[in-house]
Amino acid sequence: MRNALLIAGRELRSYLRSPLGWIVAAAMLLLDGLLFQVGAMGGAKLSAQVLADFFYYSSGITMVGAIALSMRLIAHEREKGTLVLINTAPIRDTEIVGGKFIALFTFITGVTLLTAYMPALIFVNGRVSIGHIVVGYAGIVLLGASAIAIGLFASAFARTQVIAAVLGAAILGVMLLLWMAAKVADPPVSGFILGLALHHERQRAFMNGVLRLENVVYYLVITYFFLLAAIKTMEARRWR
Amino acid sequence: MIEIQALTKYYGDRKAVGPLSFSIAKGEIVGLLGLNGAGKTTTLRILACDLLPSSGSVRVDGLDVVDNPDDVRARVGYLPDHPPLYDEMTVAEYLLFAAKIRGLTGAEARKRVDEVTHETSLRGVRDDVISTLSHGYRQRVGIAQAIVHKPQLLVLDEPISGLDPVQIVEMRELVRNLRHEHTTLISSHFLSEISETCDRLLVMREGEIVAAGTEEELSTRLLEGGSIIITVRGDGAHAKRLLTTVKDVRAVEVVGGHHGSTTTLRVDAVRDIREDACRTLVLADIGILELTRSERELESIFLTLARPDGAENGARS
Repeated sequence: MRNALLIAGRELRSYLRSPLGWIVAAAMLLLDGLLFQVGAMGGAKLSAQVLADFFYYSSGITMVGAIALSMRLIAHEREKGTLVLINTAPIRDTEIVGGKFIALFTFITGVTLLTAYMPALIFVNGRVSIGHIVVGYAGIVLLGASAIAIGLFASAFARTQVIAAVLGAAILGVMLLLWMAAKVADPPVSGFILGLALHHERQRAFMNGVLRLENVVYYLVITYFFLLAAIKTMEARRWR
Repeated sequence: MIEIQALTKYYGDRKAVGPLSFSIAKGEIVGLLGLNGAGKTTTLRILACDLLPSSGSVRVDGLDVVDNPDDVRARVGYLPDHPPLYDEMTVAEYLLFAAKIRGLTGAEARKRVDEVTHETSLRGVRDDVISTLSHGYRQRVGIAQAIVHKPQLLVLDEPISGLDPVQIVEMRELVRNLRHEHTTLISSHFLSEISETCDRLLVMREGEIVAAGTEEELSTRLLEGGSIIITVRGDGAHAKRLLTTVKDVRAVEVVGGHHGSTTTLRVDAVRDIREDACRTLVLADIGILELTRSERELESIFLTLARPDGAENGARS
């Protein structure tokens, strides 16, 4: 755990010292603000609907931010030649992947939570429950964790950041659009495919302030699966 | 310290290394020579546990790199051909990070960072951001990270590559100073760069060791003697006559003309005649200003061994 935290600390500092981290954070917050003002607050709506719309837009922005930054986690170090430093230190691949994940998860969660003033603005002219806000953010954070894990796997697998970005976006895209595939399939296959979809039904519950254990477990399993895939990819690369 | 037995490494169907066997004793500085693609970097990466071998046994301090990779990593300091530096960190921050991920505690790491910045003459730049450093300093930081945890084995992949002549001299001195604490394996594709630094040379070609020994041993075996360059006082005519009479000398020629009161001669012989040549000239009261092996000879030894078309000569070793 100590090694994972060391790697996480260095990684997190690198976001704050490079333009990329600030640019992604600024872009995420700007888009969140614009979509909240124009999309979520547009038209006459119930306060709960405004909040649900805000979480809908914010979840998409968090996913894009997570993929944009996760592509560099391992592939960037491989390209720069710095991966060899941690590869030749007495650190397990689990700690390397874990540290990278913790760093980006902390960053993305931090930026996402900086949007908290937007739901708070609803209280000026409306009323929503604190529980709704907390559950909505929990959904975004869990979705962000899954997107980071997918991007981390792509970054461990690909030789370059560009390939990692394309691969990560492709996996994420397929998992987002599985609900469409479910429409053309027959039960019980359609139900299975729909259950795998990353956003459609799973996020809807969180957006509406409904916390279901199955949805939480789903995101945790997706995150665990792709982190494990990233670790195994790192291990396999040493045999190449 | 290092025992390698029948090591092979394949990238897909292409054999990069092997079968390779050699051993290095504790405290030795050994040079691994070869042209690009000879398998040097792959061998060093396997020793540093960055890559796994396809077959064979690689042991560092008695520990197998496949069975005990973390224990081996704790004993090895590795500088790859491009130093693994995080450009946005300062030198001190980077070395502290490198020390901590090698298992040192905070206090130990800070102490070692102070020591290695002193050993590698980095104190003046310890608070500078790495991206602002020159190539020579970046190479020094690379060495500092490799020794920060006091490894028993130091593996340096072309540490002199790209350095200017002053930096090369400084780097040689730095590596020599490290011999007291570490067994060192250095790779290079220039014999002249490491022949002065190393106790022993291993020459690799197409993934295998084709020759091993000191520079003199290799020279004697492969070139059956070689050439020496002697600078003497005077016009060199008398020295040339005397040197021609030394046993086993094949030819003596004046090189570079006559400069002021000195003359430089090149002596080709079928064995190492440095001692005899020196004695002959001194007894004749001819002042010797310099006596050295020819740089050209060093490179010809290396090319004979390392080039694929040098297989016939290499086999003689």
